[in-house]
Amino acid sequence: MTAHVHDNINYLKTSKGLKSWLTTVDHKRIGLMYLASILVFFITGGLYALLFRLELWTPNKDFLSVDQYNNFFTMHGVIMVFLVVVPGIPGALGNFVLPLQIGAKDLAFPKLNLTSLYLYWLGAILAVISLLAGHADSGWTFYAPYSLSKNPAVMWMLTAAFLLGFSSILTGLNFIVTIHKMRAPGMTWFRMPLFIWALYATAIMQVFATPVLGITLILMLVENFFHIGIFDPALGGDPILMQHFFWFYSHPAVYIIVVPAFGIASELIATFSKKEIFGYKFIAFSSVAITVIGFLVWGHHMFVAGQSEVADTIFSFLTFFTAIPSAIKVFNWTTTLYKGSIELRTPMLYGLQVLFNFTIGGLTGIILAILSVDIHLHDTYFVVSHFHYVAMGTTMIAFIGGIHYWWPKMTGRMYNEVVGKFASLLVFVGFNTVFFPQLIMGSQGSPRRYYHYLPDFQIFHQISTIGIIILAVGLFTALINLLMSLRRAPDAPQNPWGARTLEWEFAETPPVLFNFKETPVVTHGPYEFAKEGA
Amino acid sequence: MASTTLQEHEVAHHFDDLEQEFESQKFGMWLFMASEIMMFGALLVGGLFLLYLHPDAFAESRPHLDWRLGALNTFFLLTGGFTMARAAGFAQQREQGKVRTNLILSLLLACGFLVVKTIEYKAKFHHGLLPGHAFHGEGFTSLHAHIFFGYYFVATGLHALHVLIGMGLMIWCLKVSKRVQFTRDYYTPVEFAGMYWALVDLVWVFLFPLLYLVG
Ligand SMILES: [Cu+2]
Repeated sequence: MTAHVHDNINYLKTSKGLKSWLTTVDHKRIGLMYLASILVFFITGGLYALLFRLELWTPNKDFLSVDQYNNFFTMHGVIMVFLVVVPGIPGALGNFVLPLQIGAKDLAFPKLNLTSLYLYWLGAILAVISLLAGHADSGWTFYAPYSLSKNPAVMWMLTAAFLLGFSSILTGLNFIVTIHKMRAPGMTWFRMPLFIWALYATAIMQVFATPVLGITLILMLVENFFHIGIFDPALGGDPILMQHFFWFYSHPAVYIIVVPAFGIASELIATFSKKEIFGYKFIAFSSVAITVIGFLVWGHHMFVAGQSEVADTIFSFLTFFTAIPSAIKVFNWTTTLYKGSIELRTPMLYGLQVLFNFTIGGLTGIILAILSVDIHLHDTYFVVSHFHYVAMGTTMIAFIGGIHYWWPKMTGRMYNEVVGKFASLLVFVGFNTVFFPQLIMGSQGSPRRYYHYLPDFQIFHQISTIGIIILAVGLFTALINLLMSLRRAPDAPQNPWGARTLEWEFAETPPVLFNFKETPVVTHGPYEFAKEGA
Repeated sequence: MASTTLQEHEVAHHFDDLEQEFESQKFGMWLFMASEIMMFGALLVGGLFLLYLHPDAFAESRPHLDWRLGALNTFFLLTGGFTMARAAGFAQQREQGKVRTNLILSLLLACGFLVVKTIEYKAKFHHGLLPGHAFHGEGFTSLHAHIFFGYYFVATGLHALHVLIGMGLMIWCLKVSKRVQFTRDYYTPVEFAGMYWALVDLVWVFLFPLLYLVG
């Protein structure tokens, strides 16, 4: 094997120029490129939300037409789901952290990893084309037959989602193989950090559920072009079949979205409590359990779609089971905090928000799984709020916490701690101000996606709109705080948090090209902190 | 007949040894196949559902497919699977020449499949047995025969695309075989192409009865 001189320099400096980034197979650089792209789309999707929330300030028209409003919430949904939360944590943080945490030089298939990124970009470009091709207005769920009406913008979107799905499959495949085959000596399965377990469970869903979305999207495109009549009732097809296919992917997709966030929360809560995480194996297996159950509950999205009562009952019953692994996590995190020496650093503030928001997101999910209640709540703001407590309140908050946690390792810089904490507080207040009122108005029957609404609900909409402004200010403050740190000279120590996982204990800050100067030998678990005063 | 001009395969930088590399790649290939199976599985479930929804359309349309041509194609594909397995076996024994012979045989069989498929497609076009609004087949009483032929074209078309990809992999193997010496520890390309062909076979084994025999 040939050792190059530059192998031992920090990965940001091994080569320079745009081309060196675009052709890199280094998982760390690929992770950073994902991070930058995802943040761009997070801001884009967020701006759409900001605009249609402002439109909802009064029950009538303010400044968006009906068409624009439908288009904006569709774009918000599609961008946030397919370009932000699904690829987000695995693509950006998973890519950067996974090999470091298990002591590998890279992912098992570095070129395939770059291919995933390019497919992601290609999907993103198609999404932009869709934007130029007209108004995609089907909602992110693309329900038939409305999505089969040959709207070019919707068709571009379908193609974009297909490519993004393909990208997601390849990432998942890469992660599974890497976790199985590339662990450093001594890195047994039960010494793996919980973030790795979470990525592993996620990857299984990416590989096994996404192809069903793939075929669904292919069939819908064919249906648009040739009118085969598989999903189109006018031609003898069955639109409910399309919903089954769609949710067979999209329920597991909810766990593709949220399980990586659980992983980050576990890292943050353990590290900043300086305590062995309570019930390591329970948390690890609960991720896997969620994966398995997640494949069997898709019908809970179709309780009012004319599904048989037997199916409804079974799906409702199975959905209750997802509460068990979810609750295990919440209890174990809380127990970890108990008598821990808690340090309220910026990442930890996000970790605690995850705990708070996910408790609401999870419990409202149980409420929606109850058949009789769901008939009332279906397609109301209650569902919107539940989903956002999970996708935004849990996933994005954990993502942002993870960015703050691994930022020093990625860039070699510390950000301003006071500003970071202040921003996280704004995010917490802003997020809950947006979505808590939506729970209330949803429970009172206010339907989602409506342009006009009853004046009775105006106060809730207005609080919600004020919330999104606070949230936006918080998020921008956090972003600017992070970016400002890049202007300073590298100052981050190797292990600023005193964490026990490999990327902090063994890898330099920032890591060298092949991650470690020599292969680490693992001798302890990921959260074995020395007991204080014992 | 291990020729001296062939190079040995070099292990990629991030793997420790050949075994780790081979095991990882093979595992990755299995996962990819699993993913493909989920995709085709959903397509087949969709087909079964359509059969349940419109049994009359299936019963009336099926006689328009020639099961003998379908059976001939089944023969082509399965024999191709056999020659691919032989190729992988010879690769492990460093028999580069026999590997190539079997790869070429497999390629020819795959071509045979595509020729038959083209003949079948042509007949469908000729009789107007097409998807959706393009359908103008005569003598049908069922209102939904267009769905059967729509599904037929989507399913066999997607399968044929995989046949083409499989042929691409065989050609890739032929190219590699001129450059790199296959050994017991390194015959990854042939193994992959063989696995992929097994998938192509597997999908066909389900599609054939669903389209040609049932209903
Ligand atoms: Cu669901």
